[in-house]
Amino acid sequence: MSLVQRGIKTWLLTELLRGLMLTGKYMFKKKITVEYPEERTPLSPRFRGLHALRRYDDGEERCIACKLCEVVCPALAILIESEERDDGSRRTTRYDIDLTKCIFCGFCQEACPVDAIVETQEFEYATENRANLYYTKEMLLEVGERYKSQISANIAADAKYR
Amino acid sequence: MSLLDMAIQAGIWALEILAITIPVALSVAYITYLERRVIGWMQIRKGCNRVGWAGLLQPIADGLKLFLKESIIPTHANKALFVAAPVLALLPALVAFAVIPFGETDLFGIWKSPHLMAIANLNIGILYVMAVGSLAIYGILLAGWASNSKYALIGAVRSTCQMVSYEVSMGFAIVCVLMLAGSMNLGDIVNAQAGGFWHWYIIPLFPMFLVYFISGCAETNRSPFDLPEGESEIVAGFFVEYSGMWFATFSLAEYAAMILISLMTSIMFMGGWHAPIPALDFIPGTLWLLGKTLFFIFLFIWFRATFPRYRYDQLMRLGWKVFLPCTLVWIAVLGIATYTPGLSTIIGFWQPWR
Repeated sequence: MSLVQRGIKTWLLTELLRGLMLTGKYMFKKKITVEYPEERTPLSPRFRGLHALRRYDDGEERCIACKLCEVVCPALAILIESEERDDGSRRTTRYDIDLTKCIFCGFCQEACPVDAIVETQEFEYATENRANLYYTKEMLLEVGERYKSQISANIAADAKYR
Repeated sequence: MSLLDMAIQAGIWALEILAITIPVALSVAYITYLERRVIGWMQIRKGCNRVGWAGLLQPIADGLKLFLKESIIPTHANKALFVAAPVLALLPALVAFAVIPFGETDLFGIWKSPHLMAIANLNIGILYVMAVGSLAIYGILLAGWASNSKYALIGAVRSTCQMVSYEVSMGFAIVCVLMLAGSMNLGDIVNAQAGGFWHWYIIPLFPMFLVYFISGCAETNRSPFDLPEGESEIVAGFFVEYSGMWFATFSLAEYAAMILISLMTSIMFMGGWHAPIPALDFIPGTLWLLGKTLFFIFLFIWFRATFPRYRYDQLMRLGWKVFLPCTLVWIAVLGIATYTPGLSTIIGFWQPWR
């Protein structure tokens, strides 16, 4: 660039004006804001949110207390105790997930041989004290009940990639 | 003069002062709103639109929040100065409004001749604005000093240095206006630009207009010259230790100074309350002045949304090595042109005193 050209560019503030034009143009563009509580972004079926324990269609718990999830959990957020039930099958007497420890890696979901523990697309479970973030077996089963159709739809959507 | 007369006079002054300060405080609140909306739009966001219709109650919510916040005084701060500094920063910005003429009125025909709508029709108005504007440095310097914090001190030193440097070129830009208008009275300066936009001083003084407005950005510590705040390096600069209402006082001062610079730019370069074409005179002059001011305030915001912050040495170079020589050369050119036969007729078009 010749000295003259550079001088003209410098003294007529063309670069500055071009910058201003750009931001001025963007002022009238369509806004990309998603106004959250009313509008939401789409979630992937693989979204890893709040955990849920599932049941079979006849109401039997899926979880067989193999404790693979407890072993694989990198944050040690899962606590399982099990006992033999009257009919001879092994079932959990306690299945707790401490959501303050959980890192939502999804390993428990991957490890589970019977698809009992899954992560739902629910992410609005904020509470006013930490104790409410300690999910017991009953709470997790309740979550599974509440999002039953969503969970099975997501598993079906993801099935062909597994 | 009886006591009653004095009381009435004092009452009138108090009303005049209130009639300026309350709109200024309100417009400061809504300029923060405008700023948030406009910067949002320029970043393809929607900006604040939740509190009230289109977010119009947002500044009031912000103000309430700041009122209710605790004001913390650091343990090792100089308490008296720490409390005095925000007031010292705000006062000059507000006091300068005393001489700003907001238009001319004959009070719907009650007065025979039109009167200037200003608290004080000072014949050295421009000098007064310059002098009072410089005092704003004290508030910032004392805030940085009294906080007893290194970031605050760095911010205050930067701010002082910057304001002192840019005041020089600002002053010389004003001298150019004086050379054309032949008066320091702000009302006379505006009336010298009467009769259409071709009489406005932005035409013969376009470079000075740029210098004045950009220096104004630096004076008010606005981006791209917001090094005193420099949130990415020195957190918030001189007011890093302030919270609650004292913090709000600093932003009040900053925005009041912004309004002042915008008003001064409209008055000195854009013909003040005169319409761009005489045919548009039926719109009240005050509206023209406020409209022009709003445009410059929008420019301030636009700059903030567009330009990255200057490096400190670049800032100083711009002030001393570019603006100062520019203004000095322009003063010389104007002076020579005024007294050169031939050229003087051209420049005389803008000089009503000849």
